[in-house]
This record gives sequence, structure tokens and C-alpha cells, in this order.
Amino acid sequence: MKSLLEQYAKVVGNEVIDHLRQLAYPLKGMKILHINSTKEGGGVAEILNRLIPLKRELGIDAEWEIITGDKDFYKCTKKMHNSLQGNRDDISSSLLAIYEKTNLQNFERLKEKLEEADIVFIHDPQPAALLHFCKERKGKWLWRCHIDVSHPYRPVWKYLREYIKEYDASIWSLSSFVQPLSHPLYLIPPSIDPLSEKNMELPEKEISDFFDSWGIKRNLPIMTQVSRFDRFKDPIGVIQSYRLIKNYIPIQLVLAGGGASDDPEGEQVLQEVKAYAGNDPNIHILELPADAHRAINALQRGSDIILQKSLKEGFGLTVTEGLWKGKPVIAGDTGGIKLQVINHHCGFRVNTPEGVAMRIRYLLKHPEIMKTMGENAKQFVLDNFLITRHLREYLTLVVALSFDSEEKIELKLPAH
Amino acid sequence: MVNQAFKIMDCALIAIATGEKAQNLRELKDLLKNIHPGCFYYHFWGGLLRPHFDDPEFQNDFAVWASRNLHDSKISEQLSIIDPNIFKNVEDLRNEVIEIIEQRLSESEYVPWVKAGQEFHFIRSQIVIFDTGVSYTDPRDLIEIIPTMSLGSIFFHFIDSRRRTPENKNDFSMWLAGFDNQYDGLVEALDEIDPSFTTLNELRQEINFVFCNYFNKMTNEKPTRTIR
Repeated sequence: MKSLLEQYAKVVGNEVIDHLRQLAYPLKGMKILHINSTKEGGGVAEILNRLIPLKRELGIDAEWEIITGDKDFYKCTKKMHNSLQGNRDDISSSLLAIYEKTNLQNFERLKEKLEEADIVFIHDPQPAALLHFCKERKGKWLWRCHIDVSHPYRPVWKYLREYIKEYDASIWSLSSFVQPLSHPLYLIPPSIDPLSEKNMELPEKEISDFFDSWGIKRNLPIMTQVSRFDRFKDPIGVIQSYRLIKNYIPIQLVLAGGGASDDPEGEQVLQEVKAYAGNDPNIHILELPADAHRAINALQRGSDIILQKSLKEGFGLTVTEGLWKGKPVIAGDTGGIKLQVINHHCGFRVNTPEGVAMRIRYLLKHPEIMKTMGENAKQFVLDNFLITRHLREYLTLVVALSFDSEEKIELKLPAH
Repeated sequence: MVNQAFKIMDCALIAIATGEKAQNLRELKDLLKNIHPGCFYYHFWGGLLRPHFDDPEFQNDFAVWASRNLHDSKISEQLSIIDPNIFKNVEDLRNEVIEIIEQRLSESEYVPWVKAGQEFHFIRSQIVIFDTGVSYTDPRDLIEIIPTMSLGSIFFHFIDSRRRTPENKNDFSMWLAGFDNQYDGLVEALDEIDPSFTTLNELRQEINFVFCNYFNKMTNEKPTRTIR
């Protein structure tokens, strides 16, 4: 059995892996702890699932823990999430008290690990208050923000900022997502894992079987959006786009949603989407479990065009996944998508259901352009958005932090 | 003279947002006066180590923003042509950028501006440099290593070198110059490579081509000399 790094070398090349090994050399034995709120569902969990074993293979003592809470805790953090992305969503003081209490309880459970770690990565708002309770920390703490906080609902951001400003640094996906803070604001776009079940190559039969099992026809074009049922992903807008296309070109729409255990609104949005779709036989709404990675992979590979019509998006991992499958992606002109989808090269960024409809009609009329865009898309991800690049930046950041934020750091240690 | 071995170094760059942003050309100029010097490094050279898709039409981030967001092609062209390598230090480069913007502002009837969400975000960077542990004493051996060098190594030896070496040169030329004029032709060819309007991948191919071409010529020329 090949090591993980050897498997990645097959995809990205040996020089990329050698580069990682050398960068990780001075970090050997370092205790690095990642904390988030879910082990399954959502992009953060997916990235951590692979990042941790990779770090361990590089000799770093990396660990991943999750915080747990009750329904009200997740209700509160969902409101935080919405507010940080710009929705006015006031949070009652009783819910905030639950947020604080839950963080305190989790701190007590994880106290030893949190105090001992050399570096602690705290992902998103859910565990952000842990640092406040950790009075005897040994290491440096980083807050990793995966969402677009460019225009937050101010009262909620003001509340969270009190916790976040205590961190040694924060990490953001794009400079435009950043809120000013007095510590260093690192910029690291997220990534996808080419070897995961969601992104690995699949046999054609598995793809066909998937479509057959859901009654989706392969002889009609397929436009697909994969994302949790969330208003920011605009599933209703996607159905509107489909209706603008189907009178000109027969087409099928697939809306596939995986649940995340920290998203209590999903069920309500799903019901709204079902009601809006009605009984149209060419709209397929797929409720997939959080671990249906191969199914999503098959769906993306068998689709003609991938959509991500988000109204707000931190960094759309499903966008990168679609590009990696060699498909043109049509996505909302928002957030990190501006960096992921380059107009006319690997897809189109749009602002309305009409925009989606226009671009899809154009692409279906020009299959040769679709093919070229798909090839460009895959290369673009290979060069920029795979987990190896993400890991390189995390390692660089940890090295940089260890040298007290000097502009130029020369590692004196031998590389071998 | 025995020249020292050429040590292959590598580097990785990490970006840091300063949190400062400009919504119009005047704000850009005002912020440039006091912005962290590291921002100039990032916005002039850092583009080579970041995700990009388009051909590098413009040489630096200021020019890209002026073209794509401000839609002011005149200032964009003037900013794009700035060669950061000819300035002795960052302060001289800073003054040049400010001077060009001031000139444009003085001749404009209005201050070019962008919509919310399209502001120029100032970013600086930290660079981590490390020794790969690989070194070469014979320049000919580099023919094999260059195609497999990481893009970080290419950046370090061909781009970053320009702020480390006295004549803003690349590390290969500096090293080859230590062989008593033996490789003058190769040094000349390397110095002629323009590191502008390109990607690191293309740059690696170009450097490799120059090395291969030079040593192939040397090999082919040797028998001719013998016949004479």
C-alpha cells in the first residue's frame, strides 16, 4: 500500500510532495490541533478528514476534535453564520448564554489537549469562544474563517469579535472577506482532495448505475447543483433558471443536497424547494446522506453542466469539485467564486436565474466550447485548488508564526 | 578558480491582508504613501505564486485593478509598464507608483472609482526560504534539474534574487559568473530572459531552453574546432 503522500505525488507530481516534506521538516513532532463542530457534512469536515492524516504523515502530531452542543447551540451558531454573511438575524441573550456555556463545557472536556497544543486551529464561529476559557495555553491560536464576512450584521460580528481579537492570527479565504483586526490576517483559499471518494476517478458503470437508480435519463442534458438546502444557495433561483431553458432545449435539473449536522434549517428549505418544483418529471431532487461521497462524485461526472447559484458563498467547494470533473461551472458572482470561476475559461459567473439560463443555452449550443472549458477547468484546479496547495500554505503559516511574523524567514535547519 | 556549488533553494509565500482598501484612485494613492513595504513585494511579484488563469497581461496588481475595476486604461498601461527590478529599494518604487497616479489624477476631470465589492485590497506577504539539500558544481548538471525544480525554486532563484543581488540579477547568472568568463554566453542568454508577462511554469521552460540550447551548441561546436 502506497503512502498517502506517494498517492498524491501521482496526481500533483513529485516536486510538489518534496516541497511539502521540506517545509514540514522544522515542524516535526509539533502538536497541531484542529477544532470544528462537525465530523461529517460541509466543506470544513471534508478538508480536515484528509489534512490531518497528511500532516501526520509529514511527521506532525496533528489531531482533530469536534465540539458538541444541543439543538439551541446549533440554532445560535446557525444564526451567527447567517449574520456573518450579512443576514439581519438577531440572537437573543439566552441563546448567546447557551453558546458561551457550550464552549465552556467543551473547553473543560478538551482542556488538556487545548492547553498542550503548539498550534490550535479553530474553525468558524461555533468553537470561537474556546480560547476565552483557555487561560493557560502553551501554543498559538488561529481562528480559521471559512465564510464571507465582508458585510456582516454588525451586532453579531461585534459580539464575536471580542472572542476573535484574542487570537494570535486569523485565516480568511479571500482579502475581500476580511474584517479588520489587530492581529495578522492570513489569506488561504480552501481546496479539494483529488483522492477522496468525492473526487477520485470512477468506473463508467458506477456512474451509469447511479443515474439509473434515480431515474435520471442520460440522453437528455443534465444541469446539476450539489449543495445543502440553504437559502444562500438559491435552489429556487435554480428552478427558475431551468424553467427558462426547458422551453428551448429539453433538459433535466438535479438538485442534490447533503445534510450537515450543524444546519437546522435544511429541512424547511428542502420542503420549500419540493413545493416549488411541483411534479415536473425532469426536476430531480435528491436527498443524499452526508456520507454519499461516491454518489455525488458520480452525479457530477455524469452531468453536463455544474451549477452553484449561490447568493453568498465563502468558497464553493462544489464549484471546485465540478471543475475538477472537467465540467464547465455556472455560479453566482459572489465571494470566493470570483477566484474559482474565470469567465469564458472554465465557466461563467452570473447574477440572476436569467443569467444561468442564457449561459446554459449558449453552452449546449456549442459543445466544443463546453469541452475546452472542461479541460481548462480541470487544469485550473490541478494548478491551484488541490489540498496539497492548501497544506503547503498551512505549513508556511505555521513556520511563519514560529518566527514572529518576520517578512522573510530563512530556515537554517538542514532539509534532509 | 573553484566556484562554490549552486545550492537549490526553495520558498513558499503566504499572503497577509492588511485590512486596508481603496475605492478610488485618490484613496489608492493616499494609502500607498504609508502602506507596509511588503505590499509592494506582494503586488508586484507575488502574482506569480498565486492562482491565476488569464495570461499575465498586466505586470502588477495595481495595473490589473486599474484596468478591470477602475476601467481606466491609461493609468493601467502606465502602471503595468513599471519594472520593479530597476529600483534600488522599495521606497523608490513606492514613489514611482505614487508619481504616476498623481499625474493621472491631475489630468483627470474626475476621480476614477469602483463599486462596493471591487475595492483594491492591500496584501503583504511572508516568504519562507529553505535549503532543499541539493547542490550542483557543474553547470551542465542543471540541465537535468531545472525541469523538475519546484515553482518555488524558480521564483526564488529567478525573481526573488533580483532584490538580493547587486545588479538585480538571477542567481544562475551570479553563480555562472564565478567560473572565470567560461560561461559568458550562457550568462548573457539568461540575463536576456524577461521575467515579465509570464508565469513561473513558462519561466522554468524558458530557463531550461536556454541551458539546453547553450550546452547543445557547445557539444556540437567542439568537433568543428577539432577539424580546424
